[in-house]
Amino acid sequence: MTVSLDCEQVAKRLSQELPGSVVTVEKPAIVIRTERLREVAEFLRGNPDFEFNYLANLTAVDYLDYFEVVYHLVSLTHNYSLVLKVRCYDRVKPTVPSVVDIWRAADFQEREVYDLMGIVFDGHPNLKRLLLWEGFVGHPLRKDYL
Amino acid sequence: MMTLLEEFRAWLSAALPEWAAYLIAGIVGIFVVLGFVLTLVIVFIWYERRLLGRFQIRLGPNRLGPEGIFQPIATALKILIKEDVVPEKADRVVHWLAPIVVFVPVLMVFAVIPLSQGAILADLNVGVLYLVAVGSVSAVGIYMAGWGSNNKYALIAAMRTVAQIVSYELPVVLSLLGVVLMVGSLSMTKTVEAQVVPFIVMQPLGFLIFFLGALAEMNRCPFDLLEADSEIVAGYHTEYSGMKFAMFYLGEYGHALAYACIITTLFLGGWRGPVLPPFLWFLIKVVAVFSLIVWLRATLPRLRVDQLMAFAWKGLFPMALINIFVVAVEMLWLVDISRWLVVATNIVLAVVLILAWSRLFVLGRGRVEV
Amino acid sequence: MTLKTEPFILNVGPQHPSTHGVFRMRVTLDGEVVVDLEPVIGYLHRGIEKLAESRTYTQIIPLTDRLDYLASMTNNFGYVLAVEKLGGIKVPERAEYLRIIMAELMRISSHLMAVGFFLNDLGAMMTPVLYMWREREKIMDLFEMVCGQRLTYNYMRVGGVSQDIPDEFLPALKRFIDEMPRFIDEYEQLLSQNEILLVRTKGVGVLPRETAINIGASGPVLRASGVKWDIRKADPYSIYDRFDFEVPVGSTGDCYDRYWVRIQEMRQSVRIVAQAVKQLPAGEICVKVKQPLRLPAGEVYGHVEAPKGELGFYLVSDGSIAPYRLHIRPPTLINLTALRDMVIGWKIADLIVIFGSIDVCLGEIDR
Repeated sequence: MTVSLDCEQVAKRLSQELPGSVVTVEKPAIVIRTERLREVAEFLRGNPDFEFNYLANLTAVDYLDYFEVVYHLVSLTHNYSLVLKVRCYDRVKPTVPSVVDIWRAADFQEREVYDLMGIVFDGHPNLKRLLLWEGFVGHPLRKDYL
Repeated sequence: MMTLLEEFRAWLSAALPEWAAYLIAGIVGIFVVLGFVLTLVIVFIWYERRLLGRFQIRLGPNRLGPEGIFQPIATALKILIKEDVVPEKADRVVHWLAPIVVFVPVLMVFAVIPLSQGAILADLNVGVLYLVAVGSVSAVGIYMAGWGSNNKYALIAAMRTVAQIVSYELPVVLSLLGVVLMVGSLSMTKTVEAQVVPFIVMQPLGFLIFFLGALAEMNRCPFDLLEADSEIVAGYHTEYSGMKFAMFYLGEYGHALAYACIITTLFLGGWRGPVLPPFLWFLIKVVAVFSLIVWLRATLPRLRVDQLMAFAWKGLFPMALINIFVVAVEMLWLVDISRWLVVATNIVLAVVLILAWSRLFVLGRGRVEV
Repeated sequence: MTLKTEPFILNVGPQHPSTHGVFRMRVTLDGEVVVDLEPVIGYLHRGIEKLAESRTYTQIIPLTDRLDYLASMTNNFGYVLAVEKLGGIKVPERAEYLRIIMAELMRISSHLMAVGFFLNDLGAMMTPVLYMWREREKIMDLFEMVCGQRLTYNYMRVGGVSQDIPDEFLPALKRFIDEMPRFIDEYEQLLSQNEILLVRTKGVGVLPRETAINIGASGPVLRASGVKWDIRKADPYSIYDRFDFEVPVGSTGDCYDRYWVRIQEMRQSVRIVAQAVKQLPAGEICVKVKQPLRLPAGEVYGHVEAPKGELGFYLVSDGSIAPYRLHIRPPTLINLTALRDMVIGWKIADLIVIFGSIDVCLGEIDR
């Protein structure tokens, strides 16, 4: 059975190792400071206690006040799971650092989020629209797109 | 001995001037062969579809006429009234000429095939050479089709054609030489007459090489790379429709029929056989060979292009060389002692060579660093 | 004299016999060798995620049918599991068993298609496909008995399944379970030792273990690369912990392993179905759920082992009758990340074979 790690404890550990990286804990997820996402990702992937080597799912939700990008991580070695979130409050050009070079699974999923939600992933090698065609106006999954 | 056609001409020339008799006899002969070939091709199209249906646990076309025998005619009618689409940037002359260049040589092959004792259009004394020469012309047509279509898939197929047909020509011709050595003549009629024991028994290895080579030459499974539908859509005839496509289609079946006839003549003893009339024996053998071809098509996946080439150059070609060498030696010394000694040697040779090659020879895995 | 050559670009698809739908690959070729590849998708995009935001929870079930249309039952299953997980809804025993039976039959059916068309991509003219369709047809008949549909089943409901099985279902299913292992033997006899199949697939399109994990591959693609990861075992949902089955694992991660894993998985699925039929209890098939269904505010990520990989549903609810956000994790889209790596340097014929060995379904990729 996959153990979903206790967010509080992981957050505590993260605050120790990378001070200031955690914004808050909202069960079932840890909200990470956007600009420190890559550090946290590298730590979680590399640390032998966690070894989150598998990015199962990456998506984004539009809460009108802010965008939330959700990362579902799985460790195939320990059979753990963990949910990370980052938020961005800029509606004009929301930007989140890309994790493609850490988990290549993010490649198409970040492109999809960019396409449908309009979040720019900084550092993505090939950030183009995935499902819609080039030249499509708007980002359909945003709540204000009708 | 005179062929039926020569007798007919002699009979005509009693009443007509020599040139008229020659002309009339020629035209009648051509029409008889044409009728025979086209009828048989139509029947074979139906036969293949039904047989494939059997292999694939389905029925195959069975609605039109008894057992669906009229289905190919309906198909032909449908194809004839279809629009003939030519790509805008195609080379129109080459595109138009290609189906003809493919189809005509196939028909020409039948001129030297003896359907029965004396039933041959032209008993050339260089029959086998003629076969080889005419048979490879259609490669040019296929190349023209691929080149003239202005389509990348067709172009890939065209390049494959050149590589494949040129490569397989060698083992095919070399294995034919074994037969020629045994007969001592290039004439097709003489070849049949020489087969007291069919050459498939005398030269099993030669037969295998020729059969596999022939499969590649008529681009049948597992060597159907020219029109590999899962890779390059329809290969060289991707951009063809209507009557021109029908020419390719007929040409393909005509090719298969031609090779079935050639194999029958050269290796299975042609029209020879007990009890039944010679013509019927010929047909039975042709149908048997054709069924084998269909069986392979229904069963085997396709080889990749580099494996195909490796198979020709590293597999069939050296085997064919060894085969011809051994046959030559046998014809010098062994055949006078006993024919059955030759048979035994050749069967042993075939078994040993095939086992050796299957052990030692691995088809390439084929990744290229880029 | 040196010949000047230059690579050329070939658009394989969206209309091509072997792209399994409307997939398009922009391939750069050097002769026959693939130098570069870029997948282009979106030809079947219907905006299911956006549509779902204006549908009630029950109305979304037919939408999930249209994701991976070769495995509709599994999609239903994954979706209702996610909803039940968020709503804390308990499903009757009988419904659990029926769901498992359907999901595993669906896996067999999907793998039959996958293996059959994989062979078609190899150039075996339709014969393996038609042999596999013979058995797939029986599964379709079984599904038709339970829900009247052969492709988009819309069978499962939040809280159970839509209708109980008819009387003729179980005898037909038992006959199928008895026959199927022999048919799988028959496929293996026909295919597994075929010399041409071996030279075309062994060592072709290798996906190394580390890469497979890193690109987030799942399902047979991941397991063929030697990772023993099956959500049915790793994170047992529904009642999978009650069944005895094995997870076949490949060793090299080449096309042959992916083919082999699928064949073995069919055997395991037959085992699971046989056990489920034996244990099938009587009783209710669906709990009463208040309609329209309202879920408590919150979020959930539910995942199932679909035939093609990990199918995930990320559901955000704001307490209304429709989800605030529904995200579907399509297994094959993410498996496709590896396509470029696997095909570079191989011939165009291998490109088709490698693509076929991933087993994609465009309904799911484009959503």
